[in-house]
Amino acid sequence: MSAVAKTPILPVSRIRPGPIVLWTVLFIGGVLMVTPLLFMFSTSLKTAGQIYDLRLIPAQPTLANYVEVLSTGDFLRWFVNSSIVAISVTVSNLFFDSLVGYTLAKFRFRGRRFVFIAILSTLMIPTEMLVIPWYLMSAQFGWLDTYWGIMFPGMMTAFGTFLMKQFFETVPDDFLEAARIDGMNEFVIWWRIAMPLVTPALSALAIFTFLGNWTAFFWPLIVTTSKKLYTLPIGLTSFAVEQAIRWEMIMTGAALATIPTLVVFLLLQRFIVRGVMLAGLKG
Amino acid sequence: MHKRILMAGISAIALLGAASAAQAVEIEYWQYIYESRVTAMNELIAKFEAANPDITVKQVTFPYADYQTRIVAANMAGKGPDVMQLFYGWADKFIAGGQIQPLPVDQFPSAQIESEFFPIVSAMSRDGKYYGLPTAVRSLALFWNKKLFEEAGIDGPPATLDALVADGEKLAKKDAAGNFSTVGITLDMAGQDHQWWREVLVRQMGGEPYNADYTKVTYDSPAGVAALKYYTDMQTSEGIGASGFMDEGQAAFRAGRAAMTIDGTFRLGSFSSIKDFEWGVAELPANADGMRSNYASYFANAIGGKVEGEKLDASIKFLKYVSSPEAMEIWLKTVGELPARRAVAMTPENLADPIYAPFLKALEYAHTTLFVDEAAQRQVAMDMANRVFLQGQSPADSVAEAAKQEQAIIDDARK
Amino acid sequence: MAHPTEAETTAMTSPANGRRLSMRMRTGLWVWTFLALPVLFYGVIRFYPTFDAFRLSLTDWDLMSTPKFIGLENYRRMFADPGFWHVFRNTFAYLVFGTPISLLLAFAIAYFLDKVTFGHAFLRALYFMPYITTAAAMAWVWRWFYQPAPTGIINSALGQMGIAQFDFLQSTTWALPSIMVTAIWAGLGFQIIIFMAGLRAIPDTYYEAARIDGLGEGAILRKITLPLLKPTTIFLVVFASIAFLRIFDQVYNMTTNDPGGPLGSTKPLVLLIYQTAFSSYDMGYAAAQTVVLFTVLLIVSLLQLWLLRDRA
Repeated sequence: MSAVAKTPILPVSRIRPGPIVLWTVLFIGGVLMVTPLLFMFSTSLKTAGQIYDLRLIPAQPTLANYVEVLSTGDFLRWFVNSSIVAISVTVSNLFFDSLVGYTLAKFRFRGRRFVFIAILSTLMIPTEMLVIPWYLMSAQFGWLDTYWGIMFPGMMTAFGTFLMKQFFETVPDDFLEAARIDGMNEFVIWWRIAMPLVTPALSALAIFTFLGNWTAFFWPLIVTTSKKLYTLPIGLTSFAVEQAIRWEMIMTGAALATIPTLVVFLLLQRFIVRGVMLAGLKG
Repeated sequence: MHKRILMAGISAIALLGAASAAQAVEIEYWQYIYESRVTAMNELIAKFEAANPDITVKQVTFPYADYQTRIVAANMAGKGPDVMQLFYGWADKFIAGGQIQPLPVDQFPSAQIESEFFPIVSAMSRDGKYYGLPTAVRSLALFWNKKLFEEAGIDGPPATLDALVADGEKLAKKDAAGNFSTVGITLDMAGQDHQWWREVLVRQMGGEPYNADYTKVTYDSPAGVAALKYYTDMQTSEGIGASGFMDEGQAAFRAGRAAMTIDGTFRLGSFSSIKDFEWGVAELPANADGMRSNYASYFANAIGGKVEGEKLDASIKFLKYVSSPEAMEIWLKTVGELPARRAVAMTPENLADPIYAPFLKALEYAHTTLFVDEAAQRQVAMDMANRVFLQGQSPADSVAEAAKQEQAIIDDARK
Repeated sequence: MAHPTEAETTAMTSPANGRRLSMRMRTGLWVWTFLALPVLFYGVIRFYPTFDAFRLSLTDWDLMSTPKFIGLENYRRMFADPGFWHVFRNTFAYLVFGTPISLLLAFAIAYFLDKVTFGHAFLRALYFMPYITTAAAMAWVWRWFYQPAPTGIINSALGQMGIAQFDFLQSTTWALPSIMVTAIWAGLGFQIIIFMAGLRAIPDTYYEAARIDGLGEGAILRKITLPLLKPTTIFLVVFASIAFLRIFDQVYNMTTNDPGGPLGSTKPLVLLIYQTAFSSYDMGYAAAQTVVLFTVLLIVSLLQLWLLRDRA
């Protein structure tokens, strides 16, 4: 990088577009990005007869589709299931990943390197390779079609452990040593002293884990069999297939599956973007 | 003291269990979730239990998509059903895996079954032994949109294959850009068209899709090629339909944008909610010689492979009941599926019904395909049509390739 | 990188004092208390299934009968099957087109977005929003966009202008790119954010120095921004590559009536695995396919490590 300063001065043509043009282009691009969402919402407010009409603002908007879709209660149930699964898995990851990350970062013990490399190496194993054994395991233990069955593969992750280990390494040992002298036990030191120092990392991990589990598709598709246990993405797929190409209903379902995360995002935009940046950069 | 209470509790429970075992045998019946089927089965169980107070039947249901896996998983855990419903096409796999056992010949004589049921039940027979019997069966028919036919000035549904094409030409409509706004007939191999092609068109063109025991694919013949050409020409040369139009054939028909579609009994419920137009049902068109064929399928009831003793006796009684005429009448009334026994199906009343009659008549001449892997074999038929539609392959080459692929699937499953 | 293991062993052997030893034992107790459940988890839920997948890949098993050991027969069958190679090519098509296209787009957008201050958060939100949607839901929206007239919005618009239809999902040529666009769209927001984070991390002094030296925007981009962004780029390349190699949600939802069609032209490896295992119940063969996926992903990951080492 130091070579940069010595680069000979060249008359380079200025390629910077005018700020207004640049802004407009970026704005149009941004609108294109959300166009699928706009049309999804627009169509969900139309009747079956109106969907061939290409207008973005429906001529006579109606909430009838929403009433029909929500009347069975399936979507509500799937929303609850997704919440239970995503929240439980997130809590478990926050607890275990940081506990393991902390242990690996702050203790010197025999087998430390081995444990770390073993955990890290699981990053290389794709979920797809594990689903068949997981499935057989679940069938044997009666985990098929249970919340635990959906959740167990994700209760701890190597990604989260690695992320937390990196952050705990920045926590000064003196803090922990001082606590030890005060006679706190190791669990309390971790929970009360170390954890509060890595809250930005915890929130980044929480966002990542939650989003990942909220939108998870492959494993829940395999492990859930009854409508009652579907998560939102699986429920939506089964709903869409059942609706047999009634597009206004499918768009309503898709909108219902999207609204919760959109609302959360709009409320916590800064926070989420920061979390993603942090997890992405350190992970 | 606590211990003593506990012990007393345990022995009481044990006694209770022994007592109830002496009183009644409980058997488990499995089928997939479909509201009207579950309701009908509850009614059958209530009637059966009233007649057999020493037997109780517990109905357990699972979603269709995972039904097969459930039976497998339960079998792995040693907790399979006593009596279960299975698609006839799964029979080979279930027999090989020991999931079902043959029905005792003294209770279910083959000759009697064959004289009383429609011939398609033979798909459940292996080496002269039956492994299951259906309550109800399904067949295909031509659904037609009365409003569009009237607008096109056509009196009624086409009776022959040639008439179908001729009518289709009058019925199809295109917009200014040359896109279909209405198709004459839906072309949807992923729906029921693959069955229509295999068991109906190939035979009507003078061929046989498979040998007698369905171990050899035989549609790589002039008849098979003619059948595919007839099918694909409707899009490529007559232009009366387009594969993929509105994604699914049934969706196009329901939206009133397809004048005809070929579908099964199981679609009646979904089409009954159509409000914008009236529709009718007709037998599948005959060929020029008046020859007809159809494809029929069914779910059979079978007894679990490991069932024995008094549970086996109870299961036999229950299976006899669910394949009795009385059960079939209840099933027809509640589910709308056709009775599997001739005498129950072919009543003057049923044959006068404009909706049921075309489906019922078809049962006399219908065939069942002995699938080894229905999804994979359907895929072969879809790809066969798509090679002609999308890649311009000749029907002859496409049929030859399909025959080779399907033979490989069959050989692989039977090895 | 000196590791403390040697220091540890000397501390253990030297009988310095009993207090220290007991301290060490206490620590060990704590460590393994903390690690007990996780070690069990990684053993049972990660490592055992991995070995089990390898073992299953050597068997012929349809779930119903008992598994038969058949050696490498599944692999022989797979490599002899043109259908498998078709799927393999599709998977790589998603990768080799999807990754560069999405990264170029993401970088361009991030680069310019970084320069915009007016309404920055708003614009960023527009680009980021697709990332937090559910792939399964948005696949249906895109599927609807791509329908032939009169249903599909793009073709209906074309039709109203009197232009012939475009066969998005009904074409063996265009179905795969059409689905890929959906996946690019879904992942773009994440990549933009990460690129922007990378751009922000470059110290301003570098730019100031370059400007003092009289470098133009283009030269700064070439000589400063891109080289300093290399770790970010490598991370995103690997991240996107793995995502494209594992594409499933979009394909599954956009081709429900002809899974991976038409004519298998959109079928990726993961869909093939899903069908083999959970539609044909050919568990051993499916396991062999997962081993292939594992190998491919391993090669991609090792390539990343190699590239990173090159830098360090």
